[in-house]
Amino acid sequence: MLKKRLIACLLLKDGQLVESIGFSRFLVVGNAIMAVKHFNAWGVDEIIFLDINREKNYDFERNDVYYDNTLKEFAEVIRYVSKSSFVPITAGGGIRSLDDIRKYLSAGADKVSINSAAIENLQIITEGAKRFGKQCLVVSVDAKKMPDGTHHVMKNFGKEDTGMNVVEWAKKAEEAGAGEIFLTSVDMDGSLQGYDIPLIKSVVEAVNIPVIASGGVGDWNHLVEGIELGGVAAVSVGNKFHFTEHSTMHAKKYMKEHGIDTR
Amino acid sequence: MIAIINYKMGNLQSVGNLLEYLGEEYVITDKKEEIAGADKIILPGVGAFTEAMKNLRELDLLDILKEEVLEKKKPFLGICLGMQILAEKGYEGGECDGLGFLKGEVRHFDLKDKKLPIPHVGWNTVKPKEGSILYGNDVRERVFYFVHSYHLICKDEEDVSGYADYGGNFVASVEKGNIFATQFHPEKSQDDGIEVFKNFLAYKSA
Repeated sequence: MLKKRLIACLLLKDGQLVESIGFSRFLVVGNAIMAVKHFNAWGVDEIIFLDINREKNYDFERNDVYYDNTLKEFAEVIRYVSKSSFVPITAGGGIRSLDDIRKYLSAGADKVSINSAAIENLQIITEGAKRFGKQCLVVSVDAKKMPDGTHHVMKNFGKEDTGMNVVEWAKKAEEAGAGEIFLTSVDMDGSLQGYDIPLIKSVVEAVNIPVIASGGVGDWNHLVEGIELGGVAAVSVGNKFHFTEHSTMHAKKYMKEHGIDTR
Repeated sequence: MIAIINYKMGNLQSVGNLLEYLGEEYVITDKKEEIAGADKIILPGVGAFTEAMKNLRELDLLDILKEEVLEKKKPFLGICLGMQILAEKGYEGGECDGLGFLKGEVRHFDLKDKKLPIPHVGWNTVKPKEGSILYGNDVRERVFYFVHSYHLICKDEEDVSGYADYGGNFVASVEKGNIFATQFHPEKSQDDGIEVFKNFLAYKSA
């Protein structure tokens, strides 16, 4: 049977790998190329690699001969890191057009993650699915809890409320041709307090495409909760992975010991 | 030299990256001379069946593929969509004729368990059959990365070399003489995938 997936989520800002806290504070945690190599060696199932850089600076700031500091765009970074990755890579950040999708895919990404562009015009998903197949289109949704307990879709790095209900939006995205939903809780991001389970559950129950939980992991038990209580097909970890040696191996061992079927 | 066929269907570089890692020379190409000059052919691909056939037709690659694979018996590996279009017929993006190298057709998953998400995305177990070349004649279960909504239904059961289970068995790989193909992505399946590539690279046509 299909295994539950453990995904490492890497954020690239100004050429550096960063940790995100509540979508607003960013700490530099290391180097993207080394991270991809390590995660591969440690048996991660997939890597989501997001460019949250708006300055168009892709200097790794490394003088070692192994690093190319002349990269000018994210697609070049993908091309570079994908040489060391034999697990699927989802690339996202700043995708505005079908040409951008093609550029990322031909650089070595297996899937693309689309957020703002889909909010502005869902056609990019419909057209993208026709041209590239829905399996490579991940719709990324940033969700914030409202006082009434429902969740709204946020845009502009989680800062701006679109007023759209997350569950309704996820259904629309599925209908348009999304292959997966990457669901991040803006509230839990960087909190280390665990996933927003009610949020995850509401989306999983509403759509028939795989949902990836994101935002809040601080303990391996949160992964088990995401799968058992939230019902997701995949769990994603960002910050927590950066500070633990052999992190994914420990996480998988824990998941297996708690009855989750992983690779 | 391995020819990776470029017909504008998805991520070709991943296959190239793995060949490079294995120290194998390759070319990503849509040129007939290069395909004819290669020792082996790999047809990767993600996307829709109809679009794939349209692109191969527009690039005028249908005849050279038939010649090299069916007549000259050059070792051939199809991956994902590159496996599906070997069938006689597909239905993704409308009914469409495939290459017809294998008897059968490609249908959308029709699962009894409606709770199972589609596409089938992720790592799943494959049970190889005895005597399979891609799995080195070892029936040990392996785990590979899949991402697809359609699957191949073979008319000749002996063409199938491995099955996976997603709400029921489906074809994970086929082997028919010099023709090899996988529904999964060996280039994205770490060690088990690398082994499949090595076995294909070591294969020599009789």
